[in-house]
Amino acid sequence: MATYQLDITKDHCPITFVKTKIELAKLSKGDILEVLLLEGEPLENVPRTSTEQGYNVLDVSQVEGPTYKVTIQK
Amino acid sequence: MEKKLSIISFSGDFDKLTAVFTLATGAAAVGYEVNIFFTFWGLDAIKEKQGRSFLGKSPLTKAFGFLMGGLKVAPVSRFNFWGISPKIFRSLMRKNNVATLEELVEYAKVLGVNLYACEMAMHILGLKREDFIPEVKDVLGVATFLKLADDGQTLFI
Repeated sequence: MATYQLDITKDHCPITFVKTKIELAKLSKGDILEVLLLEGEPLENVPRTSTEQGYNVLDVSQVEGPTYKVTIQK
Repeated sequence: MEKKLSIISFSGDFDKLTAVFTLATGAAAVGYEVNIFFTFWGLDAIKEKQGRSFLGKSPLTKAFGFLMGGLKVAPVSRFNFWGISPKIFRSLMRKNNVATLEELVEYAKVLGVNLYACEMAMHILGLKREDFIPEVKDVLGVATFLKLADDGQTLFI
């Protein structure tokens, strides 16, 4: 089981969740993806769409200011 | 049942193609099955040669092929200014970290968006299957596309 990081703080819709989806697809079952993203649209969308697609959102925490970390397990 | 979005991509305009591929990649990323049916000017988006080339069977279709060009020379639907505006848009998109049209097309391929070419429009424009990128899944007619789009949402852009 490995942990990977993805920074989408500089990206915009739809690339924020496009990149998340592509990264998650590369992982093996049980692996963890830590996604750094900004509040607003990415913070609302990434955890929701990940859950909808059967991934397990373990944690959502504020890193600093508008930046959040979403921890997703495949 | 898997959600489904089918887009009829009629326009060869840079801005409208950007809308097509933004919706397509976004929908594919959230688990939709996505079909894009390229017809008429829309076929420019899936040509293997992205610049201007004399694609076509007759002198007339070759001239059309040259004028229409591919993805790299797609005009914007308003204020094109002889092709200057798409270059400005591309630079603005890069500057603001928004995916460019070419990047969106690449993401669409990675996400497995189904790309289809319209048989009738290809016939008019003298285009062959080999003139398109290999990711084009099939050449279709209206009836087959409607069957594919059945039970989903359909857009015409």
